[in-house]
Amino acid sequence: MKLRIHVSRKPGVLDPEGRAVHHALEGLGFQGIEDVRIGRMVELEVADNTSDAAIEEMCRKLLANTVIENYRIEKVA
Amino acid sequence: MSFSAAVITFPGSNCDRDMAVALETVTGHAPLRIWHGDADLPERLDLIALPGGFSYGDYLRSGALAARSPVLKAVSSAAARGVPVLGVCNGFQVLTESGLLPGALMRNESMHFICRDMPLRVENAESSFTNGFVTGQEITIPVAHHDGNFFANEETLDRLEGEGRVAFRYLDSCNGSRRDIAGILNAGGNVLGMMPHPERAVDAAHGGTDGRILFESMLNALAPA
Repeated sequence: MKLRIHVSRKPGVLDPEGRAVHHALEGLGFQGIEDVRIGRMVELEVADNTSDAAIEEMCRKLLANTVIENYRIEKVA
Repeated sequence: MSFSAAVITFPGSNCDRDMAVALETVTGHAPLRIWHGDADLPERLDLIALPGGFSYGDYLRSGALAARSPVLKAVSSAAARGVPVLGVCNGFQVLTESGLLPGALMRNESMHFICRDMPLRVENAESSFTNGFVTGQEITIPVAHHDGNFFANEETLDRLEGEGRVAFRYLDSCNGSRRDIAGILNAGGNVLGMMPHPERAVDAAHGGTDGRILFESMLNALAPA
């Protein structure tokens, strides 16, 4: 089973990297950009019988820092 | 009086030797050097130091992988027994990632790596790490980090302030840290995490010796009253 874990900063947590990219896009002349947030995507290939609880635990224990980050689990195939 | 300390080295630590030299200089006793894969620590320790550096190349998040290494289980149980634990820079990141300290250390607000002497105010001079200072004392200790931007929610910040657990605060704005927090203590007062490097301020040749007082404080804390 292939998983994609999408990790993003929680709303309200400053994203300096996103802000720098925002400025760079504007520097290239792109207009109307309201906000840029940078996240991380982790692809996992796991055994088909891996439980949802185990996947959640992987996210909470390591893949995301839940103090500052949210995560979303996507089952690709 | 003997002072039994352990300095933990992770792959990518680079301030472990400086930490060991500072400890030996001030306490007169060379610390044990412990490798991250070691699952056990000696029963009786007066200090466990998590040094600065770039453990595991800062992969995933700074300190995230070191916080899950075998030795951290031993560090956590020692901390629970009351053994003093000092995390500097990457060591602070490891402490927040492992949950031994609250909050998180994010990329500096400026996105720049900051390497400079930093004026600090000692906010709590009663802990076993800071008893040689005076509360409100202004000191200078260098910082060198990319991910030192301390974040915690308002409730946590209020609790840290209310319980006197903010040990050090930046006097100048440094990295975007909430409430300019540079170092915090755990609830028991035996775990200190700080971004500034006290081990880089123990010898006059470093340009300042304010860091020395932190190590002397730990010796004082051990001395029989």
